[in-house]
Amino acid sequence: MPSFVIDEKCDGCKGGDKTACMYICPNDLMVLDVDRMKAYNAEPDMCWECYNCVKICPTQAVEVRGYADFTPLGASVVPMRGSEDIMWTVKFRGGTIKRFKFPIRTTPEGEAKPDGGFGVGSGTLDDQLLFTEPASLKADKLWTLGD
Amino acid sequence: MQEFKTIEVTTDLLIIGPGMAGSGACVEGAYWADKNDVKMAVVDKAAMERSGAVGMGLSAINQYQGENTPVDYLSYVRQDLMGLCRDDLVMDISRHVNGSVHMFEGYGLPIWKDPEGNYVHEGRWQLMINGESYKAIVAEAGKNAVGMDNIFERVFITQLLLDKNDKNRVAGAIGFSVRDPEIYVFRFKACIVSAGGAVHVFKPRSTGEGLGRAWYPPWNAGSSSYLCTTAGAEMTSQEVVFIPGRFKDGYGPVGAWFLLFKAAATSATGFNYMAEGLAEGGELHNWPPYGEVKPIPTCLRNHLMMIEMYEKGDGPIFIHTDKAIAKLAETAPDEKAYKKELKKLEAEAWEDFLDMTISQAVLWAAKDVFPEEGPSEIMPSEPYFIGSHSGASGAWCSGPEDIQTEDSKNEYFWGYNRMTTVKGLFAAGDGVGISSHKFSSGSFTEGRIAAKAAVKYCVENPDMPEIDNAEVEKLKEQLLLPLKHYEAHKDYTTLGTATKKYDLPVEEVNPNYITPKMAIFRLNKIMDEYVAGWGTNYTCSATTLNIALDLIKLLKEDLPKLAARNLHELMRCWENVHRVQIAEAHARHKLYREETRWPGYYYRSDFRKMNEDQWGKVFVNSVYDAENDEFRMLKRPIIHLVDIKQVVGM
Repeated sequence: MPSFVIDEKCDGCKGGDKTACMYICPNDLMVLDVDRMKAYNAEPDMCWECYNCVKICPTQAVEVRGYADFTPLGASVVPMRGSEDIMWTVKFRGGTIKRFKFPIRTTPEGEAKPDGGFGVGSGTLDDQLLFTEPASLKADKLWTLGD
Repeated sequence: MQEFKTIEVTTDLLIIGPGMAGSGACVEGAYWADKNDVKMAVVDKAAMERSGAVGMGLSAINQYQGENTPVDYLSYVRQDLMGLCRDDLVMDISRHVNGSVHMFEGYGLPIWKDPEGNYVHEGRWQLMINGESYKAIVAEAGKNAVGMDNIFERVFITQLLLDKNDKNRVAGAIGFSVRDPEIYVFRFKACIVSAGGAVHVFKPRSTGEGLGRAWYPPWNAGSSSYLCTTAGAEMTSQEVVFIPGRFKDGYGPVGAWFLLFKAAATSATGFNYMAEGLAEGGELHNWPPYGEVKPIPTCLRNHLMMIEMYEKGDGPIFIHTDKAIAKLAETAPDEKAYKKELKKLEAEAWEDFLDMTISQAVLWAAKDVFPEEGPSEIMPSEPYFIGSHSGASGAWCSGPEDIQTEDSKNEYFWGYNRMTTVKGLFAAGDGVGISSHKFSSGSFTEGRIAAKAAVKYCVENPDMPEIDNAEVEKLKEQLLLPLKHYEAHKDYTTLGTATKKYDLPVEEVNPNYITPKMAIFRLNKIMDEYVAGWGTNYTCSATTLNIALDLIKLLKEDLPKLAARNLHELMRCWENVHRVQIAEAHARHKLYREETRWPGYYYRSDFRKMNEDQWGKVFVNSVYDAENDEFRMLKRPIIHLVDIKQVVGM
């Protein structure tokens, strides 16, 4: 279902340096109406329902309503994404509610080091070793034809 | 129309499209670039944090070798693609991929572990992950490597530029900002095209609001293929589409259900088509040698499904989630343990959707579907182009120097790993052809391989190629043509007078131009009806393919009349130009290969059988001559570097 923005909850991220949903949407669908300072999904039928706008919205103003051409009304799937895990609330059409919580990362945000903690290996520009190898392989050497 | 300013960026190596492959290129390239005084920049149509096919997240890493050898993995890939793969490319990724996965874990990606601390496998090659933030985490490592100052987001590259003095050498790229009136001209020595595969070339099964619920992300518009093809790079296996069988409508993944939960699929009346297909005298034995051994190739699994649905009329296909869960929970020693196990399995099943195909969770909730209570429908999707999965379309690239035989060295190696046939033009991920089954981790790995080689190329080819400035000026005008058309003709027809809440897109009828949305529908209809989309039960013939080529020619003539009302639509216009190119290449490749090699992906009604003698030992390649708008078709030999004694399964 495409994402939609709840009018009274959206403030256009006026306190931030960018409109969050507009920043993140991988398909460039979210647009800020600068006159009203409200964001909206400008091309719902190209929405993948990837939920990135929903997850990033600081005021929980963005939700998703399943694609109208095959999804019955009445259900909702709502995430709350923190720095370490995500909590999902799944509300069924018939009223059942399920909650799930899953971890999302094990390191503080921003601290992914390119070498993944393996340091620089022994390779040169002329051989086949990638820069963290062989340590990152957790093997003594790199495989080649004939091994 | 607004005034556009031109922003010129000069670098040494440009990464075009930092999805998983491009992020790998950032991580690896930054190290070698820094060490060798090579400059590097990155350009992304979206925001790198969530761009590309993994932007939503993933529930599994589908390529991890563990203790298996590259030859083991090759045996599986060759089998799955009905014999067609480049041994060197597949084994090259395989030998490096463990390292990339270990790095993901170092970045902070949670990988499931058993009580002994070992990775939890979904299948032999697949690891289960908590992958909601998979792309965000990997992109973060890439950004930290390259530095945000060198990353250009929301800039869509529409075309590559060639060296003024050497038409077989890349020299730059042109594109535009989708947010501000700016044209970008990049000048460089080398670039890596990792701009994804293509979706919405064929008609999707849902054509209303659900148009966007493709299995593969709707923003992947065939840019990798277009950029390489129009630069004159040799392309390979453009006929090999991918069609996944998935939970109906939402396209939720079935991998965990089949591999982890061991669910079975049957026809409506309960016919176990996979087991029966494999049994003596079963359908799979009509497709030797690939049909006769496990694992059953992806296309043949589709084929069996299609026989039930379309030939026997015994659809839909059901996956028996309820029975699988009951069987797994059965092993619990008592009632309390049973309930606990049931709850754990339920959470795992839902996470599978919530991590990577949230729509499917929405759909199940909206239809009150409880997987433990009853089966669900699965369905083959529309065809896609995705070189990283069980498809094979992409650029014909050099392999590694050391994984070659005397024979293959002349055919598969030309100086720099993952370089296309155009000097300085490298590809990775969905951009590389016939290097299938690399998925997210292998794409990242391939990006790393390409980046190291591209830095080496920059070091060994230090002179800057020259761009033809007159050509650039011409391209700039061409780039903005859709905006100009709209301005010139928009007042010719009426638009209605209803007060609109916002400036919502409305389809306009105007004889002077076509909107990007109508262009995509026009292409979808041609492909669906004549090039083996779902509307014809995936069947085509030389007759229908030639009709398609005639219609594509007319469409191409009309493409200069695309109109855009804003920058967003300008992006949509150019995405469609990209799509049409891969559509034509695909139709030509299908026409050239006179056999049915991948039943379940497509059928040639005029050549219903696989012809191993004539077509089993060759790749179908093509080279596009942009000046004359002509494709040249050719064959390249399949050279096996190792003998496969036994196919290793999933």
